[in-house]
Parts: sequence; C-alpha cells; structure tokens
Amino acid sequence: MSDVRIITGNEAAALAVTLCEPQVLAAYPITPQTKIAELLSEYTEKGILKAEYVRVESEHSALSVLIAASTAGARTFTATCSNGLLYMHEQLHWAAGSRLPIVMCCVNRGVGAPWSIFNDQQDAMSQRDTGWIQLYCRDNQEIIDTVIQAYRIAEEVYVPVMVCYDGFILSHTMMPVEVPKGEEVKGFLPPYRPHTFLDPERPCTINPVFFPWRRENAEGVLCDGYMEMRRKLQNGLERAKGVIAETSREYAERFGRDCGGLIWTHRTEDAEFIMTGMGSIAAETTLAADLLREEGVRAGVVGIRSYRPFPKEALAQAMGGAKLIMVLEKCLSYGYEGGVASDLKAALYGTGVDAPVVGVIAGLGGRDVRIDDMLTAARESLEGLKSGQCGNRTLWLNCHGEE
Amino acid sequence: MNEIIWHGRGGQGVVLASEVLAEAAYLQGYKGVTSAPTFGPERRGAPLSASTRIADEPIRIFSRIERPHIAVVLDESLFDTMDIAGTLREGGILIVNSDKPPERFIPGKTNSIRAATVDAVSIAREYRLFVGGAPVVNTPLLGALARVWNGIEMRNIERGMGFKMSPPAAYNNFQAARSAFERTLVNGGEGREE
Amino acid sequence: MEAKAVKNKNNVKGDTNICGICMPTVGEAGRTGDWSEMKPEIDQEKCTPAVKGKAACFLCWLYCPEGVVSMTVPVTIDLDYCKGCGICAEECPPKAIRMVRKERAHE
Repeated sequence: MSDVRIITGNEAAALAVTLCEPQVLAAYPITPQTKIAELLSEYTEKGILKAEYVRVESEHSALSVLIAASTAGARTFTATCSNGLLYMHEQLHWAAGSRLPIVMCCVNRGVGAPWSIFNDQQDAMSQRDTGWIQLYCRDNQEIIDTVIQAYRIAEEVYVPVMVCYDGFILSHTMMPVEVPKGEEVKGFLPPYRPHTFLDPERPCTINPVFFPWRRENAEGVLCDGYMEMRRKLQNGLERAKGVIAETSREYAERFGRDCGGLIWTHRTEDAEFIMTGMGSIAAETTLAADLLREEGVRAGVVGIRSYRPFPKEALAQAMGGAKLIMVLEKCLSYGYEGGVASDLKAALYGTGVDAPVVGVIAGLGGRDVRIDDMLTAARESLEGLKSGQCGNRTLWLNCHGEE
Repeated sequence: MNEIIWHGRGGQGVVLASEVLAEAAYLQGYKGVTSAPTFGPERRGAPLSASTRIADEPIRIFSRIERPHIAVVLDESLFDTMDIAGTLREGGILIVNSDKPPERFIPGKTNSIRAATVDAVSIAREYRLFVGGAPVVNTPLLGALARVWNGIEMRNIERGMGFKMSPPAAYNNFQAARSAFERTLVNGGEGREE
Repeated sequence: MEAKAVKNKNNVKGDTNICGICMPTVGEAGRTGDWSEMKPEIDQEKCTPAVKGKAACFLCWLYCPEGVVSMTVPVTIDLDYCKGCGICAEECPPKAIRMVRKERAHE
C-alpha cells in the first residue's frame, strides 16, 4: 500500500534525505529553507537518521564541513538559498572541482538588495557556472523523487547536485506526496563509493596547486594539469545527461513515477506554440497550454528539469515543430536577458528550429504569476507572430515600468 | 476547482484549519489538494490568511487566490480593514465567526453570495478549547464550513483532525466542530449548498 | 599528482584520477637542493646527539620545513633537497650548524 502524506516541499525534502541515509549533515538556517534544517536536526536527535549533524556559523562553513566529510568517504547533505547560497559560492566551485557527490537543496529565493525572502530563481541561476548539476522540481512529489535520484546521479558521475525548488510556492505549500519505503530506496541507491578518500594509512594531499602545464611526477609519469582536470569536470557534466535520463527511467520503473529525465513534455506532439520554464512556473504553464488549446491554439509545454547539464539535444528535438517559443523564467542576466532564453536560443542554433523565442521575466521576488497574465502574453506574442512583429524579445510579466 | 481562503490573525490557527481541510478533502477522494499559508513572515496578531485548493485532478496552480469560492473569517474585526465579501466569486460563501446574524455581513449591493455565522468563541469556551488563554475558533469553523458547503463531510474532517492533533485534542476539537455544525446560522434558510 | 598511486579500495569504475592528488614522495617538486646560495654544515663535535652518542635534541629535524634532516646519530642533511633556509642553524642550541656558501661548478 502506498504511503501518501499531505506535506510541504520542505518536509518532502527532509523525508527524502532521511531515506537516503547521509552520514554527515551541516546546514545554516535561512528562510524559506529553515524547516529542512530543523527537521533534519530533529530526526538526527531522535535517532531516526543516524548521522552527524554539524552546527555551523555560516553557509560557507556548512559546505566546507561537507567537503571534508565527503572527502573522508561520507554521504552528505545541506540546504540553503538566496544570499546564503551566494555566501557558499567559493565552496561550490571547490566541491565540484573536487568531484564530490554532495547533494544540496536550494529552496529558490530572490537575492538582495533590496531584501526579499520570497521566491524567484536568481540565486541558483547566479551559481550556474560552478560545475554543479542543477535539477528543478515541479511539485512536492518531484522534490522527494529528485532528491533520491540526485544521490544516485551525483555518486555515478562524481559531480555535486543542487536540487532546486521554489521557495514558499513549494517549500511551504502542502500537497499529497507518495513517500517511498526505506528498503525500496536502499534497493535503488547503492552505497556511496568515493573515487578517492582521506586515509591515514595512505596519506596524500588533495587539490594542491596545479600548474598551467602538464608535468611529470617523481615517478616520471606525465600528469594532468589544471586544464585537463577542468575538462574532466566538463566531461562529467556531459556524461551526466545520459545518467540523469537513465536514473529517471529506472526510478520510474521501480517507483511508478516519471520525472522525465532531462526534460518533460505536456501536449507537445503537434504543438506549434511551446512554452518552457523550470520548476513550479513550468507546471503552471501546462494549465495555460490547456486553456489555449480550448481556444484552438496548438499549445504545449516543455519543462526543463536539468538546467546544468543543459539538455540542448533533447530540447531541440522536443521543440522541432514549434513556430513560436515562449520562455517563462524567474531570473535574468542583467544587461542581457533571461538566462534560460539565452541558453535555449544557443541550443537551437543550427538545428533547423528557427522559431522566434520570446523571453518572459516573471515572478521576481515572489510577484504573483497569474495564469491570466501568461495567457495575455501568449496571445500577444501569437498575434505578433501572425503580423510578423514577433522577434526575439523580452517581456516583463505583471510588472509596472517602462519597456 | 474550489478555492477557499481563511482570514484571521497570527496565532488564531488559520494555517492549521486549512491543513485539516486539505487532509479531509484528500480522504474524501479529491486527487488535488493544496494548503498554503500567506507567504512571508509570520507575526502574532497581524492579519494573515491561508488558502486551500480542492479539485478532482492534481493542482497545477500556485498563484495567490484572488477570487475565492469560500471565505472563512476567524476574526470579525478584519471587516474593518478589508473588503472580504467583495473578493468572493459570484455565488460564493462567506463564513464568519460571530454572534451576529449572517445577513449583517452581506454588503447591500451584493445579493449573490451566501453568508453563515457561528459563535465560535462561545463554542470554544464550552469545550474548554484555549491556547495561551485565547479561545480556539479555527476548528469550530471547520464544522460551519461542512454545514454550508457540501464538498466536505464531517466524518472526513474528524479523520483529518486525527492527522494533525493528538487523539484527545482531536476528540475535543471535533466535538466543538460538530456543535458548530449544528449551531451555524445560514442566511436564506437552513440548507447546504447543493 | 597521480591518482593511480591511490589504490581504490571501493572498486570505482572508470577514471578515478578526477581530482588533484599529490602523494608524499621524495622529490615530488623536483630537485630543490640547487635553489640556494648557502648550505648547512654540521659540526659533529658540537652536535648534541653526536656528543652524547645517543638520540637527543633533534630540534633541527623538528624545525626543518622540508623534512631533509635525519633523526639519526649522527644527524645528516639531504643536500639534494635542502633549500638552504637556515632555520636549523638558527634553532640549534649549541650552535653546531652554520650556513656556508655553496661551491658552484662554474666558479
């Protein structure tokens, strides 16, 4: 019998982490992530989770602790968001460069200044190039499923994984979630096997200064330089594409729920108008697509689950029939446009998909994203397409001010 | 999809009421239920709301409820600061914790909404439901909700409370909710919405 | 900087040389003995272990940042890797070590 509970996104995350049995945890509380830190410390205190919960004075320290613990061979977890994630920035690079399969939840929140505790995805977007895998969740069910998959993906390719979900919108909203059983998760997730680890019997220095050139070690063996190591990290993320898809497939077979791998689709078979995005906003666009279909528009949705690695092949294939694409995103690269829109356009370049891509900046700092506003933006862009006025432009949804 | 909004003040239990309703609705067979607090800081005494969405299919909408089907008001003083009835949909239901007749809460210009009142403070006192000295009015209002909206049954509210409270607390709160169910005043007659 | 030296106990498949590993070994950074102008010279008639004829003192061994001083009687210094910093001479209680100018082949 399935165990369905009505829980918040943060509770889903904490339950998933507990099922994966990490050995070392360290987290610094920050709204709207706080509940995960509270629950995991409670589970640890009660002995439900047999782990070491290390109290830290900052996010930078939290990840530093996990880098050390992971290097010593432990499975680890942390969670943060917003300015806390930014404070972790240096260590994010270090974790990825060290190829440590740390899993972290990023409960997406806007970044100050001005202060905001509300949702958008600028925090994770700002950490795009740190070498972490970034997976986005549509709803609370996907949070629990994605955290479990994240450990398997991370420990297969030795790249840390950030599981991103929208602050408040998912973290604080209760909805029915099917919770897998512990033994089922154990069967899916093999024990962590570190690629190398600290061992007093075999002392070594990990990640000392590397030189621009390759050079021989004392035994005369020609060794990698810094650039070779970076190329291997890139290869790890590229390989992760296949691993994410395969992990998702196997998870679906075992647990009966399919997160879609790198991307998921909604009514795209014959779609000419495709909306795309990441996280809860992408789930909401499926409703907009259904309503547009009632008006006779052949609308569909492609949800981006994996933002890094960016699934350019899968996206180009899923959007093959599109005449117009609309990207709804809760972040932007100041001085240019939304990051997802840029990446998508680059991914489609040279593939034969030459549909205009309209970028829509939405929901910054928790601004409500209403289905009606989405529909208005969609209808205007579709009109523009008919009259040839629809270029690759950026709209601001439900926002006052000059264009 | 049914959208229910709970208005109250920090500490009155709007979030718990919304959560119990979500549990009850799921037990009743609705596939889609969500319960969300007002997003943001929580402060005792400040006006706040919680929202429950209930549907046959999984919910795919997370934006704020702007035009609820049902508004439940735990604190009548909120009518001084906000137009709650005005946000209701055509044919919506307004449920107020008050000892006044329901007609008092229907604005003159609107006649498409229905209103119900229940003296939840007196009921909480009768059942000795207090938290920090203040009467617990959220659970009696769940009884009033079941009285005027046929979307939810009392037996599922009882089971829903079981998920959220200790057995003695659930028992007491349900007795209060049942009493509220009986004593709810509905404008324009007795009946539940059909 | 060679991970093949780290025997992987966990049977990880594929390339395990994916982060920077440096094993402790003589001369990992090359022959550093030629970096200096000066070299230490021990006067065994003053050096405590040699005078006492048993293991003693060894402050030079303790302070040497390069690990080129032996904890033996008598104490020896591996000049192939000594960078000539002079810390041993500075720390030696009986002043048995002094820094002397190296003879260069071209001089």
